[in-house]
Amino acid sequence: MKKKIKIKLNGKLKSINYNSTLFNIVQKNKIPLTKVAIELNQEIVDKKKIKSINLKNNDKIEIVHFIGGG
Amino acid sequence: MQECAKAINLSGAEIITVAVRRVNITDKKKPLLMDYIDPKKITYLPNTAGCFNSKEALRTLRLAREIGGWKLVKLEVLGDKKNLFPEMIETLKSTEILTKEGFKVMVYCNDDPLMAKRLENVGACAIMPLAAPIGSGLGIINKINIRIMRKQTKLPLIIDAGLGQASDAAIAMELGCDGVLVNTAIAKAKKPFQMALAFKNAVIAGRQSYLSGRIKKTFYGNASSPKAGII
Repeated sequence: MKKKIKIKLNGKLKSINYNSTLFNIVQKNKIPLTKVAIELNQEIVDKKKIKSINLKNNDKIEIVHFIGGG
Repeated sequence: MQECAKAINLSGAEIITVAVRRVNITDKKKPLLMDYIDPKKITYLPNTAGCFNSKEALRTLRLAREIGGWKLVKLEVLGDKKNLFPEMIETLKSTEILTKEGFKVMVYCNDDPLMAKRLENVGACAIMPLAAPIGSGLGIINKINIRIMRKQTKLPLIIDAGLGQASDAAIAMELGCDGVLVNTAIAKAKKPFQMALAFKNAVIAGRQSYLSGRIKKTFYGNASSPKAGII
């Protein structure tokens, strides 16, 4: 069995494969990249580089977008 | 979402504020705002509504810039959950930091001309004083201060929060404001579409009235018909 790590995605605990990249998460969740911003452990991530960002145990990812509201 | 787009269209709004929130990971079919309101046609103004300190506000706006590449943002740092008044010390601090980072910051503030001046001095690109507490519908409480703020700044002056009906928007424009920011007064009206249209007309009427140069107020009556040729 593949080794798993635990991450938090938008506040939800997820178990993902060891060696997953941020790009894998974006792809798996069908995130429209042009309409979101991504934070990894409170640091904004350059969306062009997500293929080379490997996730570690306990990483916290926030994916946000715009909603109506003033 | 469709209703919201219709109301925005009827109101003639050129800018809408948007909030930064988590993408719904579990329900991927949930519609996105951008699918209903085209950011190429209406300017999206990322807003920090719901932030209670500088740190939260800065984080929100940095993320917003990352989503769309917009530099124009609205800063709103609240200080009190009950009256939703702005926390002006944190607001001032955040305005300065954001301006240095290249943001163009429109700032929600109280109706204090001195604080408005300080915001301008640290680089605010628009001053957005409240008329009254957010969502209160009380209309412009302190017209004198708004007029003073108009006289002291060439920056866009936009009434943000507290309007209750279309005539409040007309008054704001007659005081010389450049625009109004409205949500609750339209969204919670019994007939939101009709109210959206009413606000549009009020803004136009108020602006025309301001530009027309109103008559002086006097204590006594002044006959409006000529006296010559009286029988």
